[in-house]
Amino acid sequence: MNALWPALRAALIAAGLAFPVVALRTDLNMDNQLVLEPRWSWMLAAMALAFFGKLALGALPARKPKAAPAQTAEPPARTKWIARAGLALIALWPFLALFFAGPSGALKWIDNYGVQILIYVMLAWGLNIVVGLAGLLDLGYVAFYAVGAYAYALLSTQYGVSFWICLPLAGILAAFWGVLLGFPVLRLRGDYLAIVTLAFGEIIRIVLTNFSSLTNGDAGIASIPRATFFGLPFTAGPNGFAAFFGLKFSPIHRIVFLYYLILALALLTNFVTLRLRRLPIGRAWEALREDEIACRALGLDTTKVKLTAFALGAMFGGFAGAFFAVRQGFVSPSSFNFMESATILAIVVLGGRGSQIGVALAAVAIIGGSEILREFDFLKTIFGPDFDPTQYRMLLVGLAMVAMMNWRPRGLVETRAPTVSFGQARQIGADMVKEGHG
Amino acid sequence: MELFLQQLINGVTLGSIYGLIAIGYTMVFGIIGMVNFAHGDVFMLSAFIALILLLALQQMLGVFAPVLSFLIILVGAMALTGLWNYMIERLAYRRLRGSFRLAPLISAIGMSIFLSNFVYVMQGPRNKAAPPMFDKVIKLTSGSSYDVTLSYKQILIVVVTASLLAVFWFIVQKTPLGRAQRACEQDAKMAALLGVDVDRTISATFVIGAALAAVAGVLYLTYYGVVNSQDGFVPGVKAFTAAVLGGIGSIPGAVLGGLLIGLIETFWSAYFSADYKDVAAFSILAITLIFMPSGLLGRPDVEKV
Amino acid sequence: MTALLRVEHLTMRFGGLTAVNDVSFEARRGEITALIGPNGAGKTTVFNCITGFYKPTAGRIAMAPQGALDTAAIDALTRSGARGRNGLFLLERMPDHEIARKAHVARTFQNIRLFSGMTALENLVVAQHEPLMSASGFSLLGLAGAPRYRRAERAALDKARAWLERIQLIDRADDPAGALPYGDQRRLEIARAMCADPALLCLDEPAAGLNPRESADLTALLRAIRDEHDASLLLIEHDMSVVMDVSDHVVVLDYGRKIADGAPAAVRADPAVIAAYLGVPDDEVAAIEQEIGA
Repeated sequence: MNALWPALRAALIAAGLAFPVVALRTDLNMDNQLVLEPRWSWMLAAMALAFFGKLALGALPARKPKAAPAQTAEPPARTKWIARAGLALIALWPFLALFFAGPSGALKWIDNYGVQILIYVMLAWGLNIVVGLAGLLDLGYVAFYAVGAYAYALLSTQYGVSFWICLPLAGILAAFWGVLLGFPVLRLRGDYLAIVTLAFGEIIRIVLTNFSSLTNGDAGIASIPRATFFGLPFTAGPNGFAAFFGLKFSPIHRIVFLYYLILALALLTNFVTLRLRRLPIGRAWEALREDEIACRALGLDTTKVKLTAFALGAMFGGFAGAFFAVRQGFVSPSSFNFMESATILAIVVLGGRGSQIGVALAAVAIIGGSEILREFDFLKTIFGPDFDPTQYRMLLVGLAMVAMMNWRPRGLVETRAPTVSFGQARQIGADMVKEGHG
Repeated sequence: MELFLQQLINGVTLGSIYGLIAIGYTMVFGIIGMVNFAHGDVFMLSAFIALILLLALQQMLGVFAPVLSFLIILVGAMALTGLWNYMIERLAYRRLRGSFRLAPLISAIGMSIFLSNFVYVMQGPRNKAAPPMFDKVIKLTSGSSYDVTLSYKQILIVVVTASLLAVFWFIVQKTPLGRAQRACEQDAKMAALLGVDVDRTISATFVIGAALAAVAGVLYLTYYGVVNSQDGFVPGVKAFTAAVLGGIGSIPGAVLGGLLIGLIETFWSAYFSADYKDVAAFSILAITLIFMPSGLLGRPDVEKV
Repeated sequence: MTALLRVEHLTMRFGGLTAVNDVSFEARRGEITALIGPNGAGKTTVFNCITGFYKPTAGRIAMAPQGALDTAAIDALTRSGARGRNGLFLLERMPDHEIARKAHVARTFQNIRLFSGMTALENLVVAQHEPLMSASGFSLLGLAGAPRYRRAERAALDKARAWLERIQLIDRADDPAGALPYGDQRRLEIARAMCADPALLCLDEPAAGLNPRESADLTALLRAIRDEHDASLLLIEHDMSVVMDVSDHVVVLDYGRKIADGAPAAVRADPAVIAAYLGVPDDEVAAIEQEIGA
């Protein structure tokens, strides 16, 4: 009986929360008037969920807090093998897809599950330098992605500059913007910094929307030239890639090429990040995350340290942006809104700030997961034809961020590997590592 | 001159709404030092609650009396939004009080994403237009080319804002709850040792903040007559700007900042460019945080070494 | 002995509160100078002004890491408006990180500020950021693994190893600093500051929270730093046994003002100092001394 009251209370609260927004849906009728469509069953379901959820929670034995070890001597061999196996799978992915799904079926697997995920892996790895290593919360990261994308879009359509020249230019330009925006804001406290970067990201998007003479506004820039295989276009003609290599023309060549291009870019990001972590600049980033005041007392120019992290993260965002533009052939401001920044941030947060492998896994989970939601069309037979599972993607991402902060604030991979050691390096437990104090 | 007067009226109206939302940011920041990123979405949610309550009154109960239905949706939205924010604080923020400084902010960003998408999923992507209320307009001057008007809605907004602010001011200044809030603001640990129920005080702060946001939501709905699930973000950032401009942590500062942001926005749109009106607000946010982080009425923040 | 740090007429106000009021003193090369005084006397504020975390309201702080302090040169530098030249620096004009890097003033903190999620070794390597960074050539040489950078890194690791051995923490080199016991953390923070190559090491209550054995170890460490490493020390300390045992020169503050300055024995006998610590006016000290039989 004692367990019933809290459960009843939970059900009542659920009723209060669900009452207007869940229980009554607003819809337009034939006369274009807003009418209410009752969904009392949904509200009852929410109440039942709260009731039985609370009951179940109450019935669980109280968990003892587990003391986390300060260090774990994880066998490095095992992690290495997992990473190698994963890398092999990724390297062979397009061919596996072609083998199992055939040329027509493989397109989805290579493009949606391959290229799409890898773009986010790269973006998240870039942001990880800023958020994970340096401990600076950047909510406007998508601005640099936009700078890279528009750099390629404008240079190629206006001046006919080729992709291979634009790619480094896009990175440099984004890094330049990173320094320009970063310079005034980097002495701010962590939470203020987050808000100002958000403001800058939005300002850039609004300018892209309204500066129509250059950017064509909301309509965006279309027919951006596609990437060539070092000069060979992916066309059916005699000068095309397929003809040159004596292959039968297939549109999938281009997709496979894009796959390996973004894979190479992402791996470059990873390689540079891992190397920099072991250099003085990388250690300075992590030291900054741990204690900014101590850094200053040791003679580190924290503004410079922050700027390098910001610029480098921006540069990789710029690369990814140029790739995005060449892949889509079209850019518009709506691709660079705050939700995009939030998605990238969510990947970094869920993966484990500072952990490269955790971030990659989180990108697979979030981006791959939302692609998988598309496959859940059968749910329409249960919830009716209006049910669109992909709409739930950001809702789940938001919930995951809240849940992660509450139960595993350091993310999936929460330990930290030392950058240098005298003996065998051991992972450092989550309770020791600081998150950027702001 | 006519244009100026008209923009002044419009700006004060808009500023009242921003000020009401800004109080929620500033109170939560004052008491637990957290930027409650989801507050803008709580405001949006409250506008939806108000819209649905209004439709329910008209279509299910047949109540059409404007003043009565306004009062009912106002009280209903305040109560239900307060419940929402109470639960949000319990589930998403309470455990994070001892955590690192950015943890509550990240959780709040997650909550913001959740709320806007929750409403999107539940109520659909379309703009929702409310049945019109208080449509009368008073003509103040009739110039040669331009009539300065003051609508009933605008009067309603300013009157409701002013009277609720008075009630709220009384709560914060004169009641035990207000005293507990100010004690927690100074030093939550010490307040707890002296017998203040810190958890309850913080919960009350969230409920009050949400109730004021709900007032803003109802007024927003009456003023613009339309709401969308994505409408929390921009007004939220603007209200946060208002809180920062006024000096975050300072309640009179939030109201002052709200009025200023409302005025700046309307004058900017009228005299410069409506396309870039959001840029004005975002720039003020960045400039204030960079050059004047303690705002107009806030206390300066001394770095502890 | 020549002075390497000269503080002149230092004043620091926070709003209406004057935390430090017209304080002048010197720290001499090769000596341990102690800054003592009751709680709230303004000692840590003086430290924060010297190390650049606060900008003083008024006053001048001159520092000569290598050469001697010359009044004429200080005045010339003051008039020139520059931050420093020819090995002479005016600290009140410099940002904190430059004070550490160029004027070679390192410090520790009252509440220990180690990089707790980094290993003890990493803490000591971060402190050698400056030489490593220049060897890594904007990180490009470092990325390429150039021999020049490798040599610099090896030297940094050797230095770290020597310090870890000196403070008996070599066995815990690969443990996170946050997992070390309190006394070890205190020593590690001192070693970290020393890895930054200071001419003047400022320690804020290094003996706080240590047991008598650890205090004795600390005293030995401070002497070794003075005698073997060519560094002068300035320390804030409450533990009078440590202060009297180790310091060559004591400066006493009370309510933001300097009330005594001299050798430890002289300061100990100064009625003004006793009054400050006992909280009574000077003229009552004699009476109290009689009562307690001092």
